[in-house]
Amino acid sequence: MHGLQTIIKKELADHFSSYRFVFLFALIAMVSLITVYMAGLTISRDLEGVAKPRYFFLMLFTASGVSLSLTQFVALFGPLIGLILGFDMINRERNEGTLSKLLAQPIYRDTVVNGKFLAGVTVISIMMVSIVLLITGLGLIMVGVTPGWEELGRIALYLLLSILYISFWLGVAILFSIVFRNVATSALAALATWLFFSFFIGLGANVVASALTPEADTNPLAMLQQVKIERAVSLVSPMELYTSGILAIVDPMQRTTRSFIQIGRMEQISLERFSGPLSLDQSVMVVLPYIITLIALTAVCFAVSYTVFMRQEIRSI
Amino acid sequence: MDPTAIVETTELTKIYNGHTAVDHLSFRVQEGEIFGFLGPNGAGKTTTLLMLLGLTEPTSGQAQVAGINPTRNPVQVKRLIGYLQENMGFYRDLNAWQTLRYIAELNGIDGKQAEARIEQALATVGLLDEASKRIQAYSRGMRQRLGLAEILVKEPKVAFLDEPTQGLDPDATNRIMDLIQQLCQEKRMTVLLSSHLLYQVQKICHRVGIMIQGRMVAQGPMAELAEATFGVGGEQHTLEDIYLKYFQEA
Repeated sequence: MHGLQTIIKKELADHFSSYRFVFLFALIAMVSLITVYMAGLTISRDLEGVAKPRYFFLMLFTASGVSLSLTQFVALFGPLIGLILGFDMINRERNEGTLSKLLAQPIYRDTVVNGKFLAGVTVISIMMVSIVLLITGLGLIMVGVTPGWEELGRIALYLLLSILYISFWLGVAILFSIVFRNVATSALAALATWLFFSFFIGLGANVVASALTPEADTNPLAMLQQVKIERAVSLVSPMELYTSGILAIVDPMQRTTRSFIQIGRMEQISLERFSGPLSLDQSVMVVLPYIITLIALTAVCFAVSYTVFMRQEIRSI
Repeated sequence: MDPTAIVETTELTKIYNGHTAVDHLSFRVQEGEIFGFLGPNGAGKTTTLLMLLGLTEPTSGQAQVAGINPTRNPVQVKRLIGYLQENMGFYRDLNAWQTLRYIAELNGIDGKQAEARIEQALATVGLLDEASKRIQAYSRGMRQRLGLAEILVKEPKVAFLDEPTQGLDPDATNRIMDLIQQLCQEKRMTVLLSSHLLYQVQKICHRVGIMIQGRMVAQGPMAELAEATFGVGGEQHTLEDIYLKYFQEA
């Protein structure tokens, strides 16, 4: 497949020489470093003089320093990386008249979509891997604890899931860039989708759940039912899927993806004495359904992209 | 189907949203000839070319390029055809060399062979000195010549040139027309040339076809067309006379 490689190579060169990539990378790297720095400060202050818990290093990822922890930050703003990289991939070429030239070469149409997607995934992987490496280095210096093999395994898995999650959003963005001919329209549509799934889905889930269980205020069973419905509805959001999956990975004490109780760090550590952490493979078992759903969503996105793109008329005007 | 024809269509029809863009079009182009593909704007010339390239599906009818059906085997057909589209777009951040390299690699030409072809193509169109300039800084004429260079790198059997001289000054137009003629003779390339410059078309084309409202209203060598249109002794009439006559009748 010389065509696929050629397209990936060119797209990568385009990404790396674009200001968009430089700004995005600088912004993400800066915010993550600050987040982890603050988290590092907080946990080393909180746990001053206390025997270090087993999974101390992973706390860098889950502890919130200022307002968001790193995992929350990636869950919320990671989609933007995918969307910004992808929202004009196809329609910009269409508007500049290069799409018909590209398609007049002996390659299949899906090669164009695949090549652009894979180049985007490569860019995302490079971004995420380098940021996590930076953070790990910073964490080593700040908390002075070296992560064990299992923790490293968890970090690697976290990285993989994050790349998958952001790639899903890249797929969404490419879909929009195929469906909408106007670059501004696809950018707005992508942004609206992100806003909907990140902020409004919680609201929507709440409304649906309350409407379905009117007696929740008085009946405890109905109240439980309400929480269940709310959760089911919010699982429509890829962000929810990702967050649930990630938590079980980076927090071995999390035995299920559902928990009603919020506990503080000290309580968490004292609880650890009574309950053992899950092993890595057990954690993976817990989150597997979420990972599979995320992959399936990406696949659906692609299927729609292909069908639309195959049927589209290619005209310069 | 005619075995000597390299491009052939039979009853090719395309209907876009109820509008018939190409209406039962049948024509053929022989190998090695320059076929002038004429007609007013919106006559369906570009649509026909897109169907021949397999980029648009015909509503009915058939097309063949070198015996291959472009609707079924678009990739094989696109290997044989070089397409210079009207208002062609370029990757503005690349320079001429990088653009041609990309085209060459997409066609499976790489390494030394690609470099040799790119250099030769740039020399032929006279862009060798500007090869490392970004296309953003190119004038219209230079872009048009770069478009031709893309075709040269590909070395196709058939070239579809859709308005290759649009917006060019007379000198540049003449140079491009000479280039097309030269290519046809040297490389035995078949050319489908769509243009509004009837004088130039008359000079270099072996045969012409006039398309109006999706139909081919006349086709054949110049002399035959003149005779068919204006009767015996009509040879002194130019292509422009013929074209205008058909245009007024339609």
